[in-house]
Amino acid sequence: MHEDHAIRTRGLTRRFGDFTAVAGVDLAIPRGQVYGFLGPNGAGKSTTIRMLCGLLEPSSGEAQVLGYAIPREAEPLRRKLGYMTQNFSLYTDLTVRENLEFMAEIFSLPRGARDSRVHEAMQRYFLADLAERRAGSMSGGQKQRLALAAATLHAPELLFLDEPTSAVDPQSRRDFWDRLFDLAAGGTTILVSTHLMDEAERCHGLAIISRGKLVAEGTPKALMQGIDALVLEIETPDPQKASAALRGEAYVKSVTQLGTRLHALLRRDTAAPVKKLTEVLRQAGLKAEVKEISANLEDVFVTVTSFEGDERVAPRA
Amino acid sequence: MNGWRPVLDSLRRIHAVAGKEVRQLLRDRLTFGMIVGIPLLQIVLFGYAINTDIRHLRAGVADMAHTQLSRTLVAEAQASQVVDFVVAAPSAPALEKLLDDGRISVGLYIPPDFDRRAASGMRPAAQLLVDGSDPTLLGVAQGLAVMPLLSRDVGAPTKTPLFELRNYYNPERRSAVDIVPALIGVILTLTMVLFTAVAIVRERERGNLELLITTPVRTSELMAGKIGPYIVIGLIQVTIVLVAGKLLFDVPVRGSLVDLYLAALLFIAASLGLGLLISTVAKTQFQAMQLTVFTFLPSLLLSGFMFPFDGMPRFAQELGELLPLTHFVRLVRGILLRGASLGALLPDVWPLAVFFFLTMTLAILKFRKRLD
Repeated sequence: MHEDHAIRTRGLTRRFGDFTAVAGVDLAIPRGQVYGFLGPNGAGKSTTIRMLCGLLEPSSGEAQVLGYAIPREAEPLRRKLGYMTQNFSLYTDLTVRENLEFMAEIFSLPRGARDSRVHEAMQRYFLADLAERRAGSMSGGQKQRLALAAATLHAPELLFLDEPTSAVDPQSRRDFWDRLFDLAAGGTTILVSTHLMDEAERCHGLAIISRGKLVAEGTPKALMQGIDALVLEIETPDPQKASAALRGEAYVKSVTQLGTRLHALLRRDTAAPVKKLTEVLRQAGLKAEVKEISANLEDVFVTVTSFEGDERVAPRA
Repeated sequence: MNGWRPVLDSLRRIHAVAGKEVRQLLRDRLTFGMIVGIPLLQIVLFGYAINTDIRHLRAGVADMAHTQLSRTLVAEAQASQVVDFVVAAPSAPALEKLLDDGRISVGLYIPPDFDRRAASGMRPAAQLLVDGSDPTLLGVAQGLAVMPLLSRDVGAPTKTPLFELRNYYNPERRSAVDIVPALIGVILTLTMVLFTAVAIVRERERGNLELLITTPVRTSELMAGKIGPYIVIGLIQVTIVLVAGKLLFDVPVRGSLVDLYLAALLFIAASLGLGLLISTVAKTQFQAMQLTVFTFLPSLLLSGFMFPFDGMPRFAQELGELLPLTHFVRLVRGILLRGASLGALLPDVWPLAVFFFLTMTLAILKFRKRLD
């Protein structure tokens, strides 16, 4: 019996007292993918991940992870899971090698294979020179490599990464993502949460989460193409004044300033948008160059997270 | 052959947790210092400072009689070595003033009609004024008051006391002999409960637990791996106190050392169980420490270490019976001072076993492999 989804949830919900952190999330994440959770801080990404690896009990709803029902069958699942927590959670007073050896023992790696596996992991994640360094004295990027090495030491089928790059410089981030695609190519399913657009854009599949709800889901490309808005770029000498002028129009959903340019999201049914905006700006006494462009992921993110209560804007690809 | 695999894996995980704990302990200088430092400091402090065998109290005398007999009384009291007469006061009020000012702790007032009172025996012949704000002084004074001369048999040619008192086990009445064995228990209570209470809470605080509970390690394995190293540390501490007690205070070891270490092992286990239970309740290391002190004080006061157990009110005794230290104090005094065997002390052995079993069970039940 082959289950081609690594994770399936239906109506997954978690409440903390009166506060609903995760509200009725339905997911179907295929195996072997790098799948992203994109959302602002406090959106419920961590809570969802914690429920999926059995750390938190769902208030209601169902979840199947690698075919195991969560949280009932969380114990047998643990051998097949890797989990990299948001904050560094290995032992700061142990060395790189000691931390890895500890995890190898906890996951009962065969005695003979243990040392070679630890050695291999240190090579792959550029930790060999740091083997005898205490984890607490390493940089953010080094700690992150150690955490990933520890989380993948037992070759898990499913890897949870909770905002793994929050304390890391851009170069380390790029290296890190290369490693993730190596792992996915080897068959590991990876669920990664992030609030960074460039990271989200690299995922095979993406779920955008806002205030505990799944507001959009699909491949980054499908999400960008299916955006429920028109995206216009405006080049003008006084972007702030232009922004104020545009915000007064009913069909303008949002305006974002990017240096000397503006990104305006308009209702999809707006007719002759370029002409309309140029006219509005002219009346405000502004010279402007307006053109329609294709949406980027941030435009999608703004569209689906800003105007709930408006018509439902989530494209489902 | 495959049937052994889960057991072996389980042992490996316990070993991994224990090994990690030892490494961390060796690198944490302060904690490591406490393992050796606390026993040594405590034994020196308690051994030298606590001395219930009181001598040379500063005393004053107001002799209003000035007779042969009154001078004999003063001389006898001085000869007891319990009091040193350092001042002579001209009157009773002057003597009281000295006591009020704290210049003396005991005052002896001999009234002008001392000889007549002593001969008649109808009224007390002399008065002892005692600084009652210190309860031990009061006890000492009561001892002085029954000195032959102060009682009624002044006229009798020979003074035969009614009872002959023989002090068993500690003939020289040295406090250290009583205190040091029980001190093993006090030190273990403090360090064992504290170390384990902090051990799990620390992992929770540093975020290690969030990772650890997503791994296959079981709660019981985590607990076993955590307490293993501390059992060894506890036994090291027992040895330190025993050796220091022998070298510094010449505390005897009359019973079997094997019995002693077995009793200590049981007591260490009970203390560790309590520590683990605290660690499942406390949210922060600070709370864990507060809870430890909260359990430590009653142990210190109600176990019979500080005050004689038989002298306590019934309610306090019953409370004391619930504390592991109470039973261990009896065991260790029995084995070291009276040379009793563990078999003869069973009534204090099984409560420790029960305590360990209960606290461990509760701790494992209470500790969930979850964050909520």
